[in-house]
Amino acid sequence: MTRTDARQLGKGLAFVSPWLVGFLLFMLLPIVLSFYYSLCDYTLLQPPLFVGLENYRDLVHDPIFWQSLGNTLYFAALTIPSALFLSLGLAMLLNVKMPGQAIFRTIIFLPSLMPIVASAMVWMWIFNGKIGLLNNLLSKIGVSGPDWLGSSTWTMPALALMSLWGVGYTVVIYLAGLQDVPRELYEAAQIDGAGLWSRLWNVTLPILSPVIFFNLVMSIIGVLQVFDIPYIMTPNGGQGRSTEFIAMYLNDNAFRFLKMGYASAIAWIMLLIILVLTGLAFWSSKRWVHYQGK
Amino acid sequence: MPSQRPHPERWFAFVGTTLICIAFLFPLFWMLSTSLKRNDQTMEDPPRYIPNHIDWHHTAGGLVLPIPENYWAVITHDKMDFPLYTRNTVMIAVLSIIGTVLSSSLAAYGFSKIKFKGRNAMFALMLGTMMIPFPVLMVSLFSIFRWMGDHTPIQMLGTLRPLWLPAWFGSAFNIFLLRQFYITIPDELSEAARIDGCSELGIWWRVILPLSKPALMVVALFTFMAAWNNFFGALIYVQHRDQYTLSLGLQVFQSAHGGTEWNLLMAASLLILSPVLVLFFVTQRTFIEGIATTGMKG
Repeated sequence: MTRTDARQLGKGLAFVSPWLVGFLLFMLLPIVLSFYYSLCDYTLLQPPLFVGLENYRDLVHDPIFWQSLGNTLYFAALTIPSALFLSLGLAMLLNVKMPGQAIFRTIIFLPSLMPIVASAMVWMWIFNGKIGLLNNLLSKIGVSGPDWLGSSTWTMPALALMSLWGVGYTVVIYLAGLQDVPRELYEAAQIDGAGLWSRLWNVTLPILSPVIFFNLVMSIIGVLQVFDIPYIMTPNGGQGRSTEFIAMYLNDNAFRFLKMGYASAIAWIMLLIILVLTGLAFWSSKRWVHYQGK
Repeated sequence: MPSQRPHPERWFAFVGTTLICIAFLFPLFWMLSTSLKRNDQTMEDPPRYIPNHIDWHHTAGGLVLPIPENYWAVITHDKMDFPLYTRNTVMIAVLSIIGTVLSSSLAAYGFSKIKFKGRNAMFALMLGTMMIPFPVLMVSLFSIFRWMGDHTPIQMLGTLRPLWLPAWFGSAFNIFLLRQFYITIPDELSEAARIDGCSELGIWWRVILPLSKPALMVVALFTFMAAWNNFFGALIYVQHRDQYTLSLGLQVFQSAHGGTEWNLLMAASLLILSPVLVLFFVTQRTFIEGIATTGMKG
């Protein structure tokens, strides 16, 4: 390495040092520590005691862990595909030139900015079993609605519905992606006699596929960490623990039962699942993601 | 599509979009409507969508203030110190914004304007860290913060610091966003300043920062939203009532007394929401463009 190289390296490191120090202190160190804690009996009150794989063995036999994992995956299955269709559909609708387009875009985007606690409050009010608006409207058409947030069957769909309300952020990303679709491609497709569906399937979706992929990965990462909404709306994991999410169980173990080692093991399983699912998404992307000009 | 004739499809799209937008707006409307009602009116059947009467706040002196009574009740509630929670939240937001803007733009400068060995690998590593979920870090962070309190002069737990100090170490998302912007600034500008004898820090401060105001604005906005809306972090690291943020304060209030006074809960939610709404309407364009950039990395 020449002197200039070394000087450049010094300068470069100096500039990225805020991130580098933060990465070492608040990212790498916690990850390493959490792996170590996951192999320990650690209550915070006493120093960690090494126990090997015991926490992981206990996890395998912990029905609540499996239930919370199942609930999380169920929520993922409810929300990821529906959010994908809804946000793509909305982006295409909002891309059509029409009067009020700017206002419509604002309205769809707005809920995704809501502080989670505020939106949880209004949905708890709407979903209220006795005097909530939803059941009142349902009773008008002769349906007696369930106690949405107190039923082991209906809470999850209710939470999924609420989370779809925040889809606007993704819609904005898709809208931006739609601006990248070259007009010539549509025109060429039209000359070839391609209908609406064919244009969607053969032009729009392939060109959007990198953005869809990006959002898919982000939603996989996001959905496995879901905590705020179920924690606020269904304290204690809901009826029959039907809305105990994996992040909630992690939080309970860490800060209610002070089982920091056990909580760390859950954290590592969560990380592994995220890595595997994202890896799968990357692997599958070779088949369906098309990059323009490559 | 090129054709100028009015399409039936387009009318169909218009009607559909209108209906969907009404549905999307409805919870917000219902929040506002409930927040203006008396408590007994919230339980009326059939529900009244537009309150027929709004109680304004009357002062002890008989003056009528232009604040609905419910909002006044929230601000002065004895079970929820709204002014204090607001102060805490504002403080966290302001310190997070200053910290994120400074540290992220410094790092982004390093990742875009200085060529050094290992830069690309480090940048890739940084992008990779965006995949690490917060729940994986929080247990160890808690014990690190505890250790800092015991072994260094920096107290973390029992203060608001865990909620803003990490922002001073850059955030991968914002560094990425700024770096994407910085690479569009021609290198000739920084080269010219370098030849004039300007230090790197000087170039960053005098050349790059002034040129990147729109991008910095996006970062500041995102940071504000994240700090203002953060619930999980506050729940874990805040230990005393006098350090509650608005989100945490409202949730604790709701779970302790709630499920009954929906009008007050809606008024409080709307108060917490209002700065976000105002900021959004003032900066809408910046905002949308910022989000559009982040989705483009595919």
